[in-house]
Amino acid sequence: MSKPKFKNPVVNWIDYRLPIFTFMNHELNEYPTPKNLNYFWNFGSLAGITLVTMIITGIVLSMNYTAHVDYAFDSVERIMRDVNHGWLLRYIHMNGASFFFIVVYIHIFRGLYYGSYKAPREILWILGVLILLLMMATAFMGYVLPWGQMSFWGATVITNLFSAIPLVGESIVTWLWGGFSVDNPTLNRFFSLHFVLPFVIVGVVILHLVALHRFGSNNPIGIDVKGKQDTVPFHPYYTIKDLFGLSVFTTIFAAAVFFFPNFMGHPDNYIPADPMVTPAHIVPEWYFLPFYAILRAIPDKLGGVLFMFGAIMVLFVLPWLDKSSVRSSQFRPLYKLFFWILVIDCIALGYLGAKPAEGIYVILSRIATAYYFFHFLIILPLLPRIESTRPLPVSISTPIITASSNASTVMAMREKK
Amino acid sequence: MKFLKFLVIIIFSINFFLFGRVFAAGSKIEYPEKNWSFSTIFGSFDKASAQRGFQVYKEVCAGCHGMRLVSYRNLAALGYNQDELKAIAAQFEINDGPNDEGEMFTRPGRPSDKFLSPYPNDQAARAANGGAYPPDLSLIIKARPNGANYLHALLRGYEEAPNNIKVPEGMYYNKYYSGNLIAMPQPLYEDGVEYLDGTKASKDQMATDVTTFLAWASEPELEERKQLGVTVILFLIVFSILSYFSMRQIWAPIKNKN
Repeated sequence: MSKPKFKNPVVNWIDYRLPIFTFMNHELNEYPTPKNLNYFWNFGSLAGITLVTMIITGIVLSMNYTAHVDYAFDSVERIMRDVNHGWLLRYIHMNGASFFFIVVYIHIFRGLYYGSYKAPREILWILGVLILLLMMATAFMGYVLPWGQMSFWGATVITNLFSAIPLVGESIVTWLWGGFSVDNPTLNRFFSLHFVLPFVIVGVVILHLVALHRFGSNNPIGIDVKGKQDTVPFHPYYTIKDLFGLSVFTTIFAAAVFFFPNFMGHPDNYIPADPMVTPAHIVPEWYFLPFYAILRAIPDKLGGVLFMFGAIMVLFVLPWLDKSSVRSSQFRPLYKLFFWILVIDCIALGYLGAKPAEGIYVILSRIATAYYFFHFLIILPLLPRIESTRPLPVSISTPIITASSNASTVMAMREKK
Repeated sequence: MKFLKFLVIIIFSINFFLFGRVFAAGSKIEYPEKNWSFSTIFGSFDKASAQRGFQVYKEVCAGCHGMRLVSYRNLAALGYNQDELKAIAAQFEINDGPNDEGEMFTRPGRPSDKFLSPYPNDQAARAANGGAYPPDLSLIIKARPNGANYLHALLRGYEEAPNNIKVPEGMYYNKYYSGNLIAMPQPLYEDGVEYLDGTKASKDQMATDVTTFLAWASEPELEERKQLGVTVILFLIVFSILSYFSMRQIWAPIKNKN
């Protein structure tokens, strides 16, 4: 029999029958993590904590919310005015959605910059893209629930996209709506799905973590961990670092919640939904704007929908599009350049998505959309042919900056062994 | 170095905020910016002004505009005491019922009642206003971009129409309204209200007061929110500093080895 691992006999007794403490010790305490992670690696845990925050505030909000076209708007205002600290719960939830996307977008660009999607972490990456898709669906349906003007018209515009599908499009839209327009059945099903999808996200997040712990975190250098000297135990080193990151993040988050709670929202959503009055500009929430720009850039409705979904789909196959074996941009000068162009391209798409679809904005949207796909489908597969990568260090704990010192350090390492 | 990168992240996030502002700004008309007591970080409502604003609302706006989300009891936040609230509510005849005989009846308002709407339903409101619906004012400041400045400007934006613009029957020229033609006749005139506290009721004074009142109605939680916010942020800053130095200390042996 294995000898007792824990000092507390009760813990030991339980752990012998249900090895939960061994599991936690292994995955949260000892879990070897590269010692050179920078602050960009904070955003994974931040995303997880934001998800939990959203679920907790969401459950309490749902206790006070009425999913009916006649009462939804007023029930939200009752939360804002009469429920004890209801305004705080709602503003946390409302701004939490925006911050969730800020955190997750940074997390994704971190993955792009440091090549975290490459072998053997392809499934980890794919699960992450799946989480992004689920988040988008959840956020979209959540925005409909307050039943303001933007809720109603956003829902109308987005669900109408499905009518672009040939032959069955119209039927699918009627099926989604549960009627012939966005109405009470639509609101009810969106509430139901908005409640359940976050738990689906939790499930995929658990799979994401299982896949992560299989090979551990990637790191800024992007080379594999060679041994114990390259890692530190997760606790206390990364628990304290995540705590620091969390406290800074929460400070910024709190500033938004307490002082600029409606900064990222749209004033029209404080007007109750009115199917007879169309707002001058229907714009989605900011985190959908890059995709909205792609949708509008394509002159054909079906084409626009396909390209919009394609913008996410291309991420699923990214591990096989990027053929370079070097992970981190630090050693890929050309990729680094194209990475930053992609970042600018995505921000440009976001900006263009907020602008009316007319004049110069249409042309710019088309260029930016074309470049987005060009980056993933043409540049990434071809880049390794022309790019000369910089020499990789031998290990994480062997700092090598210049190529000249490279050989001598390798020699030194070999002598040591 | 790492801290520099962290700063980059924060700047990145702030950019997102600025983006939000770009999206929020929709209209091209510029309104004069006023320094509202409630729009600063530590802001609060000017209670006297809000009380005067309530008087303007009651005597001028309430003829056409309801505030269905606000109750008379909520006015306690503007400094009215319980007896005053009961007296204010009692001025209104509220439809209630059915009673034990199954009849509807009217009774004097109570503080727990919502503000009495001027029309029984939206259709009646439209019918009485030539088809134009006078919007409910409970959330008006939050429901318009740059709400407070917009409303303040709008109330003072009535002018003689320029010669090249033809103003149809039942419409009025307002330089701050989108399209310049508004169905609402000019509501505020010099000394249109006789203020209880003796303040001179100039057009600007009334526009300022009613805007303050409506800003409170849109965000009755504003003062509590900002006060709590200051406490929370101070706590979090101290907590961030403590966790930063804890982190430095825990990582010191690892950093020194390299």
